[in-house]
Amino acid sequence: MNLTLHVWRQEGPGVPGRMERHEVAGVSPDMSFLEMMDLVNERLVREGKEPVAFEHDCREGICGCCSMVVNGAAHGPKKATTVCQLHMRTFKDGDTITVEPWRAAAFPVVRDLVVDRSALDRVIAAGGFVSVNTGSAPDGNAIPVPKEAADVSMDAAACIGCGACVAACPNASAMLFTAAKVAHLNRLPQGVPEAARRVRAMVEQMDAEGFGACTNHYECMEACPKEIPVRFIAEMNRAWTKASLSAESAAADKAGFG
Amino acid sequence: MALRLDSKVPSGPMDRKWEKHKFDLKLVNPANKRKFRVIVVGSGLAGASAAATLAELGYLVDCFTFHDSARRAHSIAAQGGINAAKNYQNDGDSVHRLFYDTVKGGDFRAREANVHRLAEVSTAIIDQCVAQGVPFAREYGGGLANRSFGGAQVSRTFYARGQTGQQLLLGAYQALQRQVGAGKVTMHTRSEMLDVVVEGGRARGIVTRDLVTGKIESWAADAVVLGTGGYSNVFFLSTNAKACNVTATWRAHRRGAGFANPCFTQIHPTSIPVSNEHASKTTLMSESLRNDGRVWVPLKAGDRRAPDDVPDHERDYYLERRYPSFGNLVPRDVASRAAKIVCDEGRGVGPGGRGVYLDFRDAIQRVGKDTIRQRYGNLFDMYANITGEDPYAVPMRIYPAPHYTMGGLWVDYDLMSTVPGLFVVGEANFSDHGANRLGASALMQGLADGYFVLPYTIGGYLAGAGTSGLKADAPAFLSVAKECAERTKRLLAVPGTRSPDSFHIELGKVMWDECGMARNRTGLERALKKIPEIREAFWKDVRVLGTGDRLNQNLEKAGRVADFLEFAEVMVLDALTREESCGGHFREEHQTSEGEALRNDKDFQHVAVWEWKGDGKAPELTKEPLAFEVVHPSTRSYK
Amino acid sequence: MSRKRPPLLSTIGTKTTMAVTGLLLLGFVLVHMLGNLQVYAGREKLNAYAKLLQDAGGVLWVARGGLLAVFVLHVVSAFRVAAMNKAARPVPYVSAVPQVTSTAARTMLLSGLVVAAFVVYHVLHFTLGVVDAGNHGHLDAKGRHDVYGMVVAGFRQWPIALSYVVAQVLLFFHLAHGVSSAFQTLGVTHPRLAFLKGRFGTVVAGVVLVGNVSIPLTILLGLVPCGAC
Repeated sequence: MNLTLHVWRQEGPGVPGRMERHEVAGVSPDMSFLEMMDLVNERLVREGKEPVAFEHDCREGICGCCSMVVNGAAHGPKKATTVCQLHMRTFKDGDTITVEPWRAAAFPVVRDLVVDRSALDRVIAAGGFVSVNTGSAPDGNAIPVPKEAADVSMDAAACIGCGACVAACPNASAMLFTAAKVAHLNRLPQGVPEAARRVRAMVEQMDAEGFGACTNHYECMEACPKEIPVRFIAEMNRAWTKASLSAESAAADKAGFG
Repeated sequence: MALRLDSKVPSGPMDRKWEKHKFDLKLVNPANKRKFRVIVVGSGLAGASAAATLAELGYLVDCFTFHDSARRAHSIAAQGGINAAKNYQNDGDSVHRLFYDTVKGGDFRAREANVHRLAEVSTAIIDQCVAQGVPFAREYGGGLANRSFGGAQVSRTFYARGQTGQQLLLGAYQALQRQVGAGKVTMHTRSEMLDVVVEGGRARGIVTRDLVTGKIESWAADAVVLGTGGYSNVFFLSTNAKACNVTATWRAHRRGAGFANPCFTQIHPTSIPVSNEHASKTTLMSESLRNDGRVWVPLKAGDRRAPDDVPDHERDYYLERRYPSFGNLVPRDVASRAAKIVCDEGRGVGPGGRGVYLDFRDAIQRVGKDTIRQRYGNLFDMYANITGEDPYAVPMRIYPAPHYTMGGLWVDYDLMSTVPGLFVVGEANFSDHGANRLGASALMQGLADGYFVLPYTIGGYLAGAGTSGLKADAPAFLSVAKECAERTKRLLAVPGTRSPDSFHIELGKVMWDECGMARNRTGLERALKKIPEIREAFWKDVRVLGTGDRLNQNLEKAGRVADFLEFAEVMVLDALTREESCGGHFREEHQTSEGEALRNDKDFQHVAVWEWKGDGKAPELTKEPLAFEVVHPSTRSYK
Repeated sequence: MSRKRPPLLSTIGTKTTMAVTGLLLLGFVLVHMLGNLQVYAGREKLNAYAKLLQDAGGVLWVARGGLLAVFVLHVVSAFRVAAMNKAARPVPYVSAVPQVTSTAARTMLLSGLVVAAFVVYHVLHFTLGVVDAGNHGHLDAKGRHDVYGMVVAGFRQWPIALSYVVAQVLLFFHLAHGVSSAFQTLGVTHPRLAFLKGRFGTVVAGVVLVGNVSIPLTILLGLVPCGAC
């Protein structure tokens, strides 16, 4: 296959970038999209040009590193697929493909297609955990967990933290990411004691990072390689409202906010 | 001077050793813990769990990862599950049975006391992870579900759908982020460790490169913990993530840490074969597929017919033929080797002839397509996505691929390397799996080390050794940092023409051909000749474009390949020196008349530990003899 | 540590405000429409209804004040959300292809602004009599404000009728996304209530569209008798 590629090139954070055109020959339909990028880079090195920087690691769709907007869609046109698992047989000979980084104020470009997603780590650090120190846990079977709760919790926990939800959202909102973690932990008995604190702290951090507000376009769910449902966003909205209206929160606001 | 290998295995009966040792370890006064700074390199299962736990205890922790986040390490890709001797299924499991299975599965090349401790703490791991909110699979009654895995006789494997590694890593990551939020751990992302600083016979800190700014930085601490994973990528094509590398452990080795059993690598039999010359990695599929799939190749070499056109009497179901009692379910190392043999005979299928069929035709006829879909639907989908073929209609093609390394830096019972103050956890150390790892045991070991072993033993070290006192601007740091900066400059300055990857591919081919599933003296000696040649060519002809003062992925890659090119030699040397076949190490000279592995307990019941003697000098071998007090060595047979 | 946002001003707080005020406004739109549809019952009915409202006196002014507050909150929240969302993506994509979102969802601000402008126009028309002043302020046979005559005479002029129709079409789009969206924002997850987040919004918006557009259209087509206007 022969393809025309338009790739975003940007030297570093804060400097202007531009699209660069590459003709790519000899692409095999069995290649993954990233292997096609490897091919481009291999050729660039031969020509003495700096290769395109892009994030990748496991190349089996679970580490959450890879992050490209391909032809206007986060992770490309195939549903429930990370770009590393997108294969070139999805495209046709002669196609023109655009490749861009995730774009959000909270995800500044580091170089070319690599962005800084540490904002998501800080959202987790704000409350995406259960406060249990090593060694203090009761027996694993001491607290029964209904199978349905465990299953739905796992649906939410499947998030790989790639940030495609933010990239795909017209508002660059991180609601699906945040909601998935809230849904995962708040649903389990182990997560309940901190449920109200967690949702408030995580939403507060999410806002502080400069992510947008959810206006229910549901592009996030469409882009999510793990197909995490937007139902969790509704759940988080409710949990947040409930938590914000509680007497404990009001007291905390008085003491801590403002 | 040979390495002094004191395993520090406590005295007393096997099942009391850990208890006794924990009591004997000195304690750090709670008020003094915040005076100690610990560096943890790597944030996979072992690193993240260690960093979080140390911070909970009150130590100051700096955690480093070259990823953009602490959640990306390759632990995340483990599918199957995690073993624990809970005996929730009441099927006769116990700490002793898990211990026994692991020692035997490791083909009697692991240290008994370490394995017993692993089995002991396995139960606490499950408790800890449940408390963290890991969504393990549950029964309708609300209790934890288990399954049998990797041919084990008991159901002791806990799992979270097919993403157990991911969920356990996220549990550890969240515990770590909690400490980051609390200011107890300083997380350094996109920071790659380039060297360890050893001064006065003690690890004092590390030198890193900030991958975004290119800044070479020194970090002082009272102890250093490496949780930097395995080196399967020495083969270039492996199931590991692309960034997995040997740099941290290799650099520590060059600073005095002994490297143990580097030739012990595990090759997984059910990977998707590479289909094009640009393939960048191999993808693993759960070996549970062998429960229903039948493995075969055509009888005649060079038979290029489509699988459906090969009549039954012209097919060779070679596993069923060679191992009538275990058939398609023989252990990983045996299945992998058998596939290699038939492909070497020219009977392999698919592009390049490196593949064998895993055929579900008979199973579909027997139980129906729907049942097969229920059992393996997601795996079939994954296969279809990668290969573009429909495995319900055409047999799958599989081929073995490297995916785990049992070898690693030598550690004593306290997980401390031969460099005092330098600890090694998880896959990066050699400790618990001997010559072959059992399924669902990697996650167990990583978390055992991080949550329940290191946090105790490091306290014992710190209580005895006290604070380091050496600051990051001390001459010892400056000189190592200077070396690192010069090496980076040197890589950028080579006026070459080839990408770092091209050398990596070349090295990987040599390693796979000569030091892969089956090894022999001629091949290994050939590799020992070729590796220095590739290394020399690398330093003459590598092309690293761009500069060192910003994100430069080719520069990172080049540094890692350079270290693989040094490490590969000692790996081959170890394989050459170990004149026996055991676990994942198969020497063709040492096999029975029926082609089975022939272990040599008389001469090789030891850990082979290699010491760096300098560039251009042969490494020196020291042996830690292994004694088996409880589980007596026997021969594995699957006929 | 920087001063934290009070919960009400967070993204979710702002969205919740918008959802609650939006649903209240929807309630008003529905009641208002039912009142207006009395035009089909004839002059007597409609003018009597108008008189009833006018006689409410203080209550009417409280209701008007409340409505205005809700309206303002809704608009202010909308601008806040729009500003936050614009700031969240300063560099746009070279190529962004919407996969599932609707035109209605992407044009909420535009449809909202047009509807808001229409509301002002509508008040200037029927309440204050600035637009089409000639037909405003007449009394019917019983000495009541002749609302019926004013409406029918007004909508017999095609530019006025057309402006109402255009505004109602935009209101349709606004409600089609807004109503379902509000229930998502307010955290409706129960499977039995899932319909609220599905087609419900479009159906409600459709009802409002048909009800409200029918009035200018039927009048323009001469289907509603003018009587003495």
